[in-house]
Amino acid sequence: MYDFAYHKPTNLADAAKLIGAKKDGRLLAGGQTLLPTMKQRLAQPSDLVDLAGVAELRGIKAEGGGVTVGAMTTHYAAHTSPELRKAIKALAKLAGGIGDPAVRNRGTLGGSIANADPAADYPAALVGLGATVNTNQRKIAADDFFKGLFETALKPGEIVLSVSFPAPKRAAYRKFANPASRYAIVGVFVAETANGVRVAVTGAGPKVFRATALEQALAKKFAPESLAGASVPAAGLNSDLHASAEYRAHLIGVMAKRAVAAALK
Amino acid sequence: MATNGIGAAVRRREDYRFLTGGGTYTDDIDRPGQVYAAFVRSPHAHARIKGVDKASALKVKGVVAVLTGADVAADKIGGLPCGWLIHSKDGSPMKEPPHPILAADRVRYVGDALAVVIADSLAAAKDGAQALKVDYQPLPAVASIAAAERAGAQTVHDDVPGNQCYDWHLGDKAAVDAAFAKAAHVTKLDIVNNRLIPNAMEPRAAIGEFDRATDSYTLYTTTQNPHVIRLLMCAFVLQLPESKVRVVAPDVGGGFGSKIFHYAEEAVLTWAAKKIGKPIKWTSDRAEAFLTDAHGRDHVTKAELALDKSGKFLAMRVATKANMGAYLSTFASSVPTYLYATLLAGQYTTPVIYAEVKSVFTNTTPVDAYRGAGRPEATYVVERLVEMAARELKIDPAEIRRRNFITQFPYQTPVALAYDTGNYEATLGEALKVADYAGYAKRRDASKAKGKLRGVGFACYIEACGIAPSAVAGALGARAGLYETATVRFHPTGTVTVLTGSHAHGQGHETTFAQVVAEKLGVAYEAVEIVHGDTGRIPFGMGTYGSRSLAVGGTALAKACDKIVAKGKKVAAHLLEAAETDIEFKNGKFSVAGTDKGVGIGEVAFACYVPHKFPIDKVEPGLEESAFYDPANFTFPAGSYICEVEVDADTGTVEIQSFVACDDFGNIVNPLIVEGQVHGGLTQGIGQALTEGCVYAADGQLLSGSFMDYAMPRADHVPSYKVSTKVTPCTHNALGVKGCGEAGAIGAPAALMNAITDALAPLGVRDFQMPATPLRVWQAIQAARGSKLAAD
Ligand SMILES: Cc1cc2nc3c(=O)[nH]c(=O)nc-3n(C[C@H](O)[C@H](O)[C@H](O)COP(=O)(O)OP(=O)(O)OC[C@H]3O[C@@H](n4cnc5c(N)ncnc54)[C@H](O)[C@@H]3O)c2cc1C
Repeated sequence: MYDFAYHKPTNLADAAKLIGAKKDGRLLAGGQTLLPTMKQRLAQPSDLVDLAGVAELRGIKAEGGGVTVGAMTTHYAAHTSPELRKAIKALAKLAGGIGDPAVRNRGTLGGSIANADPAADYPAALVGLGATVNTNQRKIAADDFFKGLFETALKPGEIVLSVSFPAPKRAAYRKFANPASRYAIVGVFVAETANGVRVAVTGAGPKVFRATALEQALAKKFAPESLAGASVPAAGLNSDLHASAEYRAHLIGVMAKRAVAAALK
Repeated sequence: MATNGIGAAVRRREDYRFLTGGGTYTDDIDRPGQVYAAFVRSPHAHARIKGVDKASALKVKGVVAVLTGADVAADKIGGLPCGWLIHSKDGSPMKEPPHPILAADRVRYVGDALAVVIADSLAAAKDGAQALKVDYQPLPAVASIAAAERAGAQTVHDDVPGNQCYDWHLGDKAAVDAAFAKAAHVTKLDIVNNRLIPNAMEPRAAIGEFDRATDSYTLYTTTQNPHVIRLLMCAFVLQLPESKVRVVAPDVGGGFGSKIFHYAEEAVLTWAAKKIGKPIKWTSDRAEAFLTDAHGRDHVTKAELALDKSGKFLAMRVATKANMGAYLSTFASSVPTYLYATLLAGQYTTPVIYAEVKSVFTNTTPVDAYRGAGRPEATYVVERLVEMAARELKIDPAEIRRRNFITQFPYQTPVALAYDTGNYEATLGEALKVADYAGYAKRRDASKAKGKLRGVGFACYIEACGIAPSAVAGALGARAGLYETATVRFHPTGTVTVLTGSHAHGQGHETTFAQVVAEKLGVAYEAVEIVHGDTGRIPFGMGTYGSRSLAVGGTALAKACDKIVAKGKKVAAHLLEAAETDIEFKNGKFSVAGTDKGVGIGEVAFACYVPHKFPIDKVEPGLEESAFYDPANFTFPAGSYICEVEVDADTGTVEIQSFVACDDFGNIVNPLIVEGQVHGGLTQGIGQALTEGCVYAADGQLLSGSFMDYAMPRADHVPSYKVSTKVTPCTHNALGVKGCGEAGAIGAPAALMNAITDALAPLGVRDFQMPATPLRVWQAIQAARGSKLAAD
């Protein structure tokens, strides 16, 4: 790890000011991605602005048929929140399937989506539910938020405050975990929402994406058998030690069917 | 049985300190004035070193010294030795290219160290290592056996043409060929024994220290055998008198073989400590461990079994290629030869066997012994072949094994070993019962109803532990003895300190060895203290590997106890005013036969140290005895494993439904510890078969270089094991014990792969290679479907 300066602001205004003033500063949430990267000397921030003391980033609020989850909500807190479970059970369950207990007790929603790991779980929920990312500067639709491999619409210094998730009629997430890292090799979030069926796929491509062919098949009837014959082409999907593109394409179909079946239960 | 003596399920006394953070591992030790080392390691799999600019690192604040391969060469430091000389078929000795402790002109694998940066903080050492400018000229790399063997391939060492280290064989080729020519059936299998990365929980670490006042060195290191390290380092590398070097292996957090070997860092730190006059600490991080701890396995094999119509084995023919990595690690050469081909008879009467083993150098991390070392590879070959033959001949897999079991002992195999004892029917019979094999068809149908494919697989393994005797091993090329040592030291007040040459790094010797002493001498278990891991305190010992500690070290301990009793009898005879021949010893008491006159061993010990009433003309004072024990033969643990799996064909996921193990380890000193050893071994074996696979890119970069990509087995991969034991005592050691440390890792992979391929057989899958990751299972199913479609 290289040397850096550490700051711990206690409110959003100070956090924004600090991060805006430091050229090579980085926001620190749970540190589950940023700190290992720094330990391996793959990142060299001049300053860390720790968000742990910023009250505005905390809390889970159910309101108007949806739920807003603060950026600093840990995966553990999301998983065990009665409000969240009541509003969108699939989302609470997804949080409980991230990493291991240590990671879930430190890692946060804001950190996860700002990091935009192509194999992370939360992005599938954001896109699958048509959520909105609230920052200290604007509101960003989930469909516009994830731009590419570890790339988001966030501008330098922009801080995620929370994410607002509309409650779906029904939804479920099924993840096929990488045997080593337990990130998603393929994760599929399906939701029947007020604005139609959404199917979001994580782990399979350079970023989370909507599987439109599957959405169309499910639009006719939200049932596993509707997916027979519908598929996502392997071309353009990731291929690595753990899964070929063909295998990922196949798994998208399997996980989508299982997610739909789970959503109907 | 004494309280907490042999056979008692005593809880491990060391666990309190391990589980409460009270252990002292190498990294917990800090020496006065200590500085820190960071090694500069090659990022290339193969490159020429054109220059190293020391000044670039010396400029960094806190850096004390930079030492390079050129400094090593200038000081005429020797290379790391290999402990076993193998001769090729044609009688020529194996190729032993130099293995410098820091590379001077060429680096040969990613992670090969070429310099060390020493600084007054770890951070500064790392800064310095990163700043060091090295001018590399990359060379083509060969990263697999196939690449190394290709015609015209780049050589890893200039003087090793074709990258071949040796071309060795064992057995009667002509007899085997003749048997195959007459066979009713031949089963053939191509086998890859996947390369593994050990990943002990504690990474390697060392502290080198030099004391100018006494002109002596101390090396604290994470080793399984401190005396062996001292011997190799002093005799071959640094040319120091052993009397001036102390090697301490304090608590060590797992070894699994990877901490047997003499590693470069140990010699570098010891050498550098004198040069700079300060103790130097180095602790490997996990990424470094992935690159530099010796890897395991990595065999490619063509195996054939010849059978008659009734399923009797007639002959076996095996051709194996073994990857040595870039240099010969300490015992690398022996693993695919004498620890492998000699085990190919398994539990069976196969009359003739021929094995051919070629080993090659590649631009990868050195490969050496890993839990089981050669024996898992052999068992995998034998037990996969046997089960495949059963399938092809439509004979029940248990039945085909029974038809071929060795039932008469001692038994001389066609591959050099002579089994002293065993009862293979007993362990198989028990395993079949526990596994409810009779009810299998019902369970298979129930799985099918759930949409899952169920399979069952067997493995009846044999292992050879406590490698011995020294003279025979020496004749076969071993460059070391294979005995063990123990000292039993009574203190005046009756407590006992045992000094053992065995080393515990998680096996629980402090408990089991104390149980042996409690049993043999009748002293309280709590009164016995076990000391190991320090050449400054214990006599020359060979350490712990190959499940040898109890069979060899425990027998040495039993012998030392016998000497204590023999001396005690003399003293007791004097105290009791009786003839020595009338003295009996039982349960800690010396008594005069046929009388109620007696004296406890504690009183005898006191008399030995306060010799007021003492036969001083015949007996020396003091009560301390040492023994060295060189075994007459290997021991031969064996057992039967039965595994059932369910496969989800949609995703390729394998779930182990049950795993039954029935082992014969000879007499059991502590059943609780044995059970733990079996659980650990099984889990490592399951890891090999299911999750673990070391992968190099063609250019020699390690792709599975962290836990993000290298999957260790986890709790949810394994079922609740059902383990039991049957006992045929070893016939040639005093305790009748055989060893249990490696069995699980030896037998589990074959049982699991047999079960998985059984489950997939209805889909037309014959075989595929470990690890059976979801991707590979799915691909095997796709390939079978593809060939079915093509055939239709
Ligand atoms: C062993 C392990 C296993 C894991 N397994 C999974 C898994 O299965 N699935 C999964 O989805 N994830 C997994 N993760 C990732 C983890 O869950 C975290 O979500 C992730 O590490 C980032 O969250 P964090 O809170 O730790 O963020 P940090 O590491 O602190 O920060 C990550 C990045 O986000 C930025 N950032 C943080 N907060 C904000 C904010 N409010 N506004 C703007 N930018 C911000 C930081 O500057 C940094 O660039 C795993 C991690 C580990 C270490």
